[in-house]
Amino acid sequence: MNEYAIEVHDLTKKFGAFTAVDRVNFNVKRGDIFGFLGANGAGKSTTIRMLCGLLQSTSGTASVGGYDINTQPELVKFNIGYMSQRFSLYDDLTVEQNIRFYGGVYGLRNNRLRDRMDWVLKMADLKGRESSLTRTLSGGWKQRLALGCAILHEPKILFLDEPTGGVDPISRRNFWELINRLSTEGITVLVTTHFLDEAEYCNSIILINAGKLIAGGTPSQLKREHIKDPILEVASSNVVEALEVIRVQPWALETSVFGTKLHVLVKDEEEGKVSIRQTLSANGIQTQSIQRIVPSLEDVFLYLLDKETARAS
Amino acid sequence: MYRSLRPIIIKEFRQIRRDPTSLGMLLILPAALIVLVGYALNFDVKHVPLVIFDQSKTSTSRAFLDKFKQTELFNYRFDVTGYNEIDGHFTNGRAKVAIVIPTNFAEDLLVGRDVRVQILVDGSDANTGAQAIGNAARITADYSTRLVVSAFERMGRQYYQPIDFQPRIWFNPDLLSNQFLLPGLIGFILVLTAVISTSMTVVREKERGTMEQIMVSPLRPRDVILGKTIPYMLIGLVEATAILVLGYVLFDIQVKGSILLLYAGIFTILLGSLGQGLLVSTVTDSQQVAFMISVFSSLLPSFLLSGFVFPVSSMPIVLQILSNLAVNKFFLVLVRGIMLKGVGFSSVWPQFVYMIVFAAVMLGVSTKRMQKRTL
Repeated sequence: MNEYAIEVHDLTKKFGAFTAVDRVNFNVKRGDIFGFLGANGAGKSTTIRMLCGLLQSTSGTASVGGYDINTQPELVKFNIGYMSQRFSLYDDLTVEQNIRFYGGVYGLRNNRLRDRMDWVLKMADLKGRESSLTRTLSGGWKQRLALGCAILHEPKILFLDEPTGGVDPISRRNFWELINRLSTEGITVLVTTHFLDEAEYCNSIILINAGKLIAGGTPSQLKREHIKDPILEVASSNVVEALEVIRVQPWALETSVFGTKLHVLVKDEEEGKVSIRQTLSANGIQTQSIQRIVPSLEDVFLYLLDKETARAS
Repeated sequence: MYRSLRPIIIKEFRQIRRDPTSLGMLLILPAALIVLVGYALNFDVKHVPLVIFDQSKTSTSRAFLDKFKQTELFNYRFDVTGYNEIDGHFTNGRAKVAIVIPTNFAEDLLVGRDVRVQILVDGSDANTGAQAIGNAARITADYSTRLVVSAFERMGRQYYQPIDFQPRIWFNPDLLSNQFLLPGLIGFILVLTAVISTSMTVVREKERGTMEQIMVSPLRPRDVILGKTIPYMLIGLVEATAILVLGYVLFDIQVKGSILLLYAGIFTILLGSLGQGLLVSTVTDSQQVAFMISVFSSLLPSFLLSGFVFPVSSMPIVLQILSNLAVNKFFLVLVRGIMLKGVGFSSVWPQFVYMIVFAAVMLGVSTKRMQKRTL
């Protein structure tokens, strides 16, 4: 037994001339919640699908739960749970029939099936709705039922591909509480998301862009390591015009809009504040407030993505 | 093996039970087709509307025309007094056949001169037209023979016919269309429903993402394919039985040969059709496209190219070659042979060989494609 539940080495997937995943390397510690972040089409799902044995990799190796994905896919499949954003349930079957089906697929029978069904119904808060048709359930319930079906066979490793898409904020929070509980029970969770606030729930994160890994670490590491310069949050009378005039200044390293405010990365906090006030008033824009903020993950990722795009072009 | 198939088979039956459209397609469509084909699809041309232009107006001409009025092959409508009226009736569709008797019909017959009776036919409906000409020719020939016979008798001589044509029809003595069509309908219905339902059940799972969920489980693709096709195989066998029972009850069509051999044939064509459905499902991820391809690839060949309705031997040579792609063509020979003629394995083994090859190719290619896509 080694310390890592998932080890990925130079994993690559090509579709014809297009490289969807380009020599990706990362390790996931046992019991961690591991966040896999990136824009749509960055290669997150492709990577997860290779790790689950749904796609053959073009080159590179990976082991999941100690089994090689290329040579022991059957053993990998016994040891993982997988849930995708589509909540793969049968709408025209009842809650209980769905659980029975997925239980049967994993070879659960008799007492074990009964125990696990009971556990899933409790976990998903579906007690008393066993004979409801799945299509009548709300998004949050479907999500929890899908999760339940994915971990009926008590896998040690759980893959979640955009598990919170199309679900209301309260269900999203409940879902993350569930994930946290699973992780404290020793289950390793690899989750992809493009909600950056969700990334804060993860012990460890990697960021992927255009098939390439561009950063990795704990959320606080990422914030500390990548953005050393101060970020100033600027409230002004016109955020769009303010963006236009500040962006072209040589001292503004990075400028982006966050809601009604502007985030500006500068070399020096005091000098920056003065320069912003001067520039805005010279253009007839009123400055309401300027203050230094702790960078959010969103700041970090936008910064990293900009740097990556600049480097590529 | 059975343990891993069981959950899929149970689930599949539960879904079929809950889905009224697929149930309807599997049970009501065949029943409706049998009744329609048995009663309505009839190639025997009867009651063709007829007008008569009798310029002779004699008892001789009326005696001849009575033969047309008495048969159920024609429906006598009107007497007309000119060609322009015939034109009018043809254009309006009130008549499809007109008989024109010349003015000197009676006189010419009496003195033994050739008589020309004209038959005008509306050829826009080719089949009816051709059959009406044949029927009119037969009635006329019969009447002529009778005239010759009586002429000979009047002269005190025995009439002698050099060649006596005596048709005797085997297997279907009354030449009933439905005796010929209903056995063919079994193949048509089985191919159609098996291809459509198999492709739909797989593509539906792809659309919903449940196929992906099954593929991350330890089930092997082979188990998934078997688990999904076995229920439809069973339904196909039930369907075939229902058709045989309905055919017997409604149209008195019996199986003259071995029932076991017939079911072996049904099993084989179902196997090929299920394979074809799976192959369709590997080509597309959308139910709509799958439905279109299924209908196109099963209905057209098994209806038009198989010889179900139109004989293969009268098709252009290119279509005759293409007709070999329609598995139903071979099944038809087999099923008609076993049901109508009571033939045994020794005369239908080539059909079995073809259908087995077809099934092997379909299942082999689709399993291969499915594994490639999902691994």
